[in-house]
Amino acid sequence: MERLLFLLSILSVVLMIVVLRSLRRERLRVEHSVSWLLAAVALFALSFSPSALRAAGEWLGMGEPAFALMFAILVVFLGVFYRFSRVVSELKEMNITLIQRVAILEYQNEQRDGQDR
Amino acid sequence: MKSVPSGQTLVLIPAYNEEGSIRRVIDEVKSLYPGMPVLVVNDCSKDATVSEAKLAGAEVLSLPCHLGLGGCVQAGYKFAYGMGYSNVVRIDGDGQHDPRDISRLLDRLTSSGVEMVIGVRAPGATAGFRTSPLRRIGIAFFKLLLRPILGRRVSDPTSGFVAVNHRALELFSHTFPLEYPEIEALVVLQRKAFRFEEIESVMRPRLAGRSTITPTKSIYFVLHVLLGVFANILRYDGGQTRPRGR
Repeated sequence: MERLLFLLSILSVVLMIVVLRSLRRERLRVEHSVSWLLAAVALFALSFSPSALRAAGEWLGMGEPAFALMFAILVVFLGVFYRFSRVVSELKEMNITLIQRVAILEYQNEQRDGQDR
Repeated sequence: MKSVPSGQTLVLIPAYNEEGSIRRVIDEVKSLYPGMPVLVVNDCSKDATVSEAKLAGAEVLSLPCHLGLGGCVQAGYKFAYGMGYSNVVRIDGDGQHDPRDISRLLDRLTSSGVEMVIGVRAPGATAGFRTSPLRRIGIAFFKLLLRPILGRRVSDPTSGFVAVNHRALELFSHTFPLEYPEIEALVVLQRKAFRFEEIESVMRPRLAGRSTITPTKSIYFVLHVLLGVFANILRYDGGQTRPRGR
């Protein structure tokens, strides 16, 4: 269990570093980094709370605290993935609107150019 | 946007890789209805659809990216609504819809006062084009599904031969399904308490090309439309829904 928690703390630190590096290089927008940073912080906090994991494991009816940890990771990442699915859906909606708008504006420009000639 | 005189109708033809048929469809429409403007919405075709449509004398609205049928049709609806067209008749670019029926659709649209009129294949018709068994199963399934939702019988919920008036045009400019739109569009109409009617129409074989709906895609089609229908039922509409029925 100690080794698993140690690995979890390393993993969460690596996740934080990767996200912060991507932010610095402008490969990730600030608003989209928040979910990942919160996930990394949550995992980091969990890695230092074996007693909390043990209590959660007992409450969930799981013998091993490791299962409670896996369950917590699953919940955190499900939340992150859901948030990103919403972001992608919003982006798609905006893309459709923009593509349609561009087509209409291009058509109108062509019409105007044709009239000017 | 510069508007058109009131009462004008636009013929809308969504097209994706229809170079083999689009010119003949436009020629047919133009010869039957000389004064009626024809707009081809090109869904980023990879062939000569645009040049063929322009040669036939149609206006062409070209989408910079491929959106799928719903996005393509909605672009045409947005254009028509912005320009102030009173009615829009949508026909397919593959020649399956008979342009001679456009006037019948428009007559019914104005005389009945409904928001949309659909041209459907006559039940039991032997003349013209016979739909594939797979499509017939799909149509039967969605007819059963839609009956309690719409509160009425629908002959062919997959028909894309439709005439819409200004009210439906406004609605569809804001809300229109992206893929396989015909069935979901009926639910969108129903949620806003808009009405539609069906009239019998001759469906012809495609002039060229093949249907993009393969047997594998049709499974995705059924699941996608099912989900879309239920999403539209669940969608909040501000309590504007009128009782179901006609």
